[in-house]
Amino acid sequence: MAKPAKVLLNVPAIKADFPILQRTVRDKRLVYLDSAATSQKPKQVIDATSDFYSRYNANVHRAIYELGEESTREYEGAREKVAAFIQAKSAMEIVFTKSTTESINVVAYGYGLKGKIEKGDEILGTVMEHHSNHVPWHFVKDHKGAVLKYVDVNDDGTLKMEQYDALLTNRTKIVTVTLCSNVLGTINPVKEIAKRAHEVGAICVVDAAQAAPHMPIDVQSLDADFLAFSGHKMLGPTGIGVLYGKPDLLEATEPLLGGGEMIREVHLGWAKWNDVPYKFEGGTPNIAGAIGLGVAVDYLTTIGMDAVRGHEMEVTEYALEKLARLKGVQTYGPRDVTKRAGVVSFTIDGAHPHDIASILDVEGICVRSGHHCAQPLMERFNLPATARASFYVYNDLDDVDALVAGIKKVQEVFA
Amino acid sequence: MPDLRELYQDTILDHSKRPRNFREIADASATAVGHNPLCGDRVTVYLRLDDGTIADVSFVGQGCAISKASASLMTDAVKGKSKSEAHGLFERFHKMVTARPGDPVDTSLGKLAVLSGVCEFPVRVKCASLAWHTLEAALERKQETVSLE
Repeated sequence: MAKPAKVLLNVPAIKADFPILQRTVRDKRLVYLDSAATSQKPKQVIDATSDFYSRYNANVHRAIYELGEESTREYEGAREKVAAFIQAKSAMEIVFTKSTTESINVVAYGYGLKGKIEKGDEILGTVMEHHSNHVPWHFVKDHKGAVLKYVDVNDDGTLKMEQYDALLTNRTKIVTVTLCSNVLGTINPVKEIAKRAHEVGAICVVDAAQAAPHMPIDVQSLDADFLAFSGHKMLGPTGIGVLYGKPDLLEATEPLLGGGEMIREVHLGWAKWNDVPYKFEGGTPNIAGAIGLGVAVDYLTTIGMDAVRGHEMEVTEYALEKLARLKGVQTYGPRDVTKRAGVVSFTIDGAHPHDIASILDVEGICVRSGHHCAQPLMERFNLPATARASFYVYNDLDDVDALVAGIKKVQEVFA
Repeated sequence: MPDLRELYQDTILDHSKRPRNFREIADASATAVGHNPLCGDRVTVYLRLDDGTIADVSFVGQGCAISKASASLMTDAVKGKSKSEAHGLFERFHKMVTARPGDPVDTSLGKLAVLSGVCEFPVRVKCASLAWHTLEAALERKQETVSLE
């Protein structure tokens, strides 16, 4: 596969697809720089979800009538699209959940807590994980007596790979790592991490919440055992998430939710579960969400994930250069844009991130401030909070310029 | 449109950069810790009570300009007040920062009125009230950390 070239997309044409980007905030042009929290939605996705409700709303998998056939076809079609998007071998390796968080919980509960993990088994994470890839593993520690260990990060925001090697032993049963940090933007060498995990007989769980929206993903090349991501960060609706798993591992994982849809037969006191992936989809699923996600996948595929990545490298490079020129502004994470995504955490001397975000808000600029659900990482860098700008396909260099002008305004206020 | 100069006016910036009573009290009769997990702000309030009157009050901690300025202004405002006077002040202060923009500001709040602009920024109300909630806990001698979620 050719390396993504740093070429900007036709942003005005893309922006025209996003109704929300036509509005103003506090009488200013909306400059949305918080896609790492949630992305905006193109009208194609919005229309697809409303189309489901207005034209063929019916429950999936059970209805005998035409509407139900249509809804099932579209829902399962979305599963096919998601499978192709991440190069899965089959749509049967794709479980729909409500979020990355739920996906990781399914693995921690069904494979860890109810499955393979025994007292003393080790689960190896990293200090740069989002809370959603920390807390589910705490449950496994608390209920099964698993031992949790963590790989630290270098000051430049990359993982300490030599420490990873030292911590990885035949006691390690699960390695769990984010493909891309939601604070530092670091893209971790997951292919290498998974390879070394497999050498000691551990499985590798990948949090792709920040990666799937922004770069090409090939689960077969990564050799990931489980991989989780969310629809809402990749132009799709909220409330729909994905868990990819290798078929034998999904078989070995117990379901988190019991109920309708996930069963083959139910008797008083016992039940037989449905096949993978349906055994994980108890209850009526988020049908409109899945269909919307399928259309988001279409949208991204039309642009091309290499092109998405190339665009974001260019915007991120420009932002890092501009911010480096501002006195009193620090950025975090790798400087090399081939090793990082378009997530730029920054601090300004003398200004608390909350004040930064408030002042930028008055300029119509949306950035996040706080600990970004990564408190262990913030402690590692001894930071109570940072401000964070994150980019996507609808951001151009003008948005970065607006951010830079806003930062200068913050500095004026706190001069 | 909310005015930034209203939120970050000179008095607020002055109190955030040079907070008053920013120190520990060695012989404090009560202390309490306040924490806003959303932004990582932490404040510890120290009290020396003399016959039900706040003889001395101070704070230490880290936080945004609004939370620091509010803590600083609070310590100035409640020094020499009785417990119930301090409580009454907090009630009126809270009413002011959660008022509808444009509502008349309670003139009895004195210098605290500089924070009235916070009502234009609802997400910042917790910043402005963290020190006050912590003061309340210290007055009631609650030991646990006050957490504003």
